[in-house]
Amino acid sequence: MTQLANANGSVVAEQLRAWNGEAVKQVLEHRGETTIVVPREMLRAIALQCRDNPALKFNLLSDATCLDRFPVEPRFELNYQLVSLERRDRVGLRTSVSVQHPVVESLVPVWPGANWMEREIFDLFGIRFEGHPDLRRILLPDGFEGAPLRRDFPVEGKR
Amino acid sequence: MTTVESAIGTTNTMVLNMGPQHPSTHGVLRVLLELDGENVISAIPDIGYLHTGIEKSCEDKTYSQAITLTDRIDYLNPLGNNLAYCLAVEKLLGLEVPKRAQYIRVMMVELQRISSHLVWLGTHALDMGAMSIMLYCFREREEILKIFERFSGQRMMTSYIRIGGVAVQPPAGWREMVKRFLDMMPARIGEYEAILTENRIWQGRLKGVGYLSPETLIGLSTTGPGLRAAGVAFDNRKMFPYSSYEAFEFNVPTRTESDCYARYLVRVAEMRESIKIVRQAMDKITDEGPFKAELPGVIPPEREKMKTEMEALIYHFKIFTEGFSPPPGEAYAAVESPRGELGCFVASDGSPKPLRVHFRGPSFVNLQALPYMVKGQLIADTVACIGTIDIVLGEVDR
Repeated sequence: MTQLANANGSVVAEQLRAWNGEAVKQVLEHRGETTIVVPREMLRAIALQCRDNPALKFNLLSDATCLDRFPVEPRFELNYQLVSLERRDRVGLRTSVSVQHPVVESLVPVWPGANWMEREIFDLFGIRFEGHPDLRRILLPDGFEGAPLRRDFPVEGKR
Repeated sequence: MTTVESAIGTTNTMVLNMGPQHPSTHGVLRVLLELDGENVISAIPDIGYLHTGIEKSCEDKTYSQAITLTDRIDYLNPLGNNLAYCLAVEKLLGLEVPKRAQYIRVMMVELQRISSHLVWLGTHALDMGAMSIMLYCFREREEILKIFERFSGQRMMTSYIRIGGVAVQPPAGWREMVKRFLDMMPARIGEYEAILTENRIWQGRLKGVGYLSPETLIGLSTTGPGLRAAGVAFDNRKMFPYSSYEAFEFNVPTRTESDCYARYLVRVAEMRESIKIVRQAMDKITDEGPFKAELPGVIPPEREKMKTEMEALIYHFKIFTEGFSPPPGEAYAAVESPRGELGCFVASDGSPKPLRVHFRGPSFVNLQALPYMVKGQLIADTVACIGTIDIVLGEVDR
């Protein structure tokens, strides 16, 4: 079960709190993984902070993916996995997105490697990334209707 | 989809459609090249031709059924995919795998790494015009596939690594078989190197081609041999050890040139390191001992137990009909595949089927670097760059 860590559970949360009191909504410690839940509006600023803060140095974005918690609202959870090569550390960033307003700031200006990862999420979940230089479908054909990895999309496809 | 019309820049350039049936694109990759004569102005990779919706299909399978789908993501590294997925599910379950099973896993994925690098070397040399190497590499790969067949009954889609351990005990006579391969292999790698490393054509085609600075590569999230050839010693086996890799002694080969030739040298050196790891794993694997964890209701019971114990029979029935339900939560497990960081994100909502299974395919992420690599280079260099990124389209498109 996901448990709440104590307030200063990790260096990352401390550093982010010291930078901006609003930056950390929640720190999740689960099976040795630290995930920081952050507000959607501040995602890019926090990502920049994670990359550039000399005590954090998360220089590699390893993964970005989405999780659909349908029918719970806000149903989408974006999960980013960051790696610090210098500090040998990993951390997850998480933010929630609602289906009415599925827009979130793109992280391409922070890590160019986010480009295809975000296109994949856009393609399969229908979440838009503001400030993405080239937001097009990547895996599915252009004429495809719907976002197939949403939980309300049938596994056998729409007929 | 990117059309030829939408990719056209100025009127002085020509747009060439390379793929998706081009032999050097290793499957079904399409690259739109904007050319000024022979020089590449820009390249736009177009993927998705092999998209089969594996992540969606996993959501409709029980946790153990989904293993067979993971084999088919990166079809040159099925055991590595099994491992990433199983590690993630085991993390969700909080399950500890017996040491012996961990060592068997390490041995298998390292053999898989050698076989994957062999396919890479063979096909890449073929792209570069050296035909004989391909035949040699596939000859040695066949020996590895025979080992896999003996272990799991399958040559390629093995599904050998299961949640909690491996599928079955290592077969009788496995030691001699693996040892024979290990004794043969270093000399064979020497043969490939004798043909290629100092070869003037090989060097001419690869040296100085596809350079990217380490900063650019890190920014583009490139991992694996491509990053290590730029002097960044990022290897999950060393940095974030899993499956008892901390108990093994091996080096992480790096180069600093960051060109196609450096990537070739790194991969060849990695094959030699993998042989070292397999040798150590063989010593660590005892003849007797458990090959999977014990957790009633999650790990299928022994066949013998089912004949005498009623609980075992009930658990067996439940595991194979309903499945098991890990506690709600998410887990991300990363392993070092032959191509880089292979991550698996699994989320559970407490039901017997995963809420979400996501694979962070290294081929998919590494392919992003292609447009940066080929800018200003020749068309022929594009072929070398695609080759040394080492993509598997099954993993790119999933």
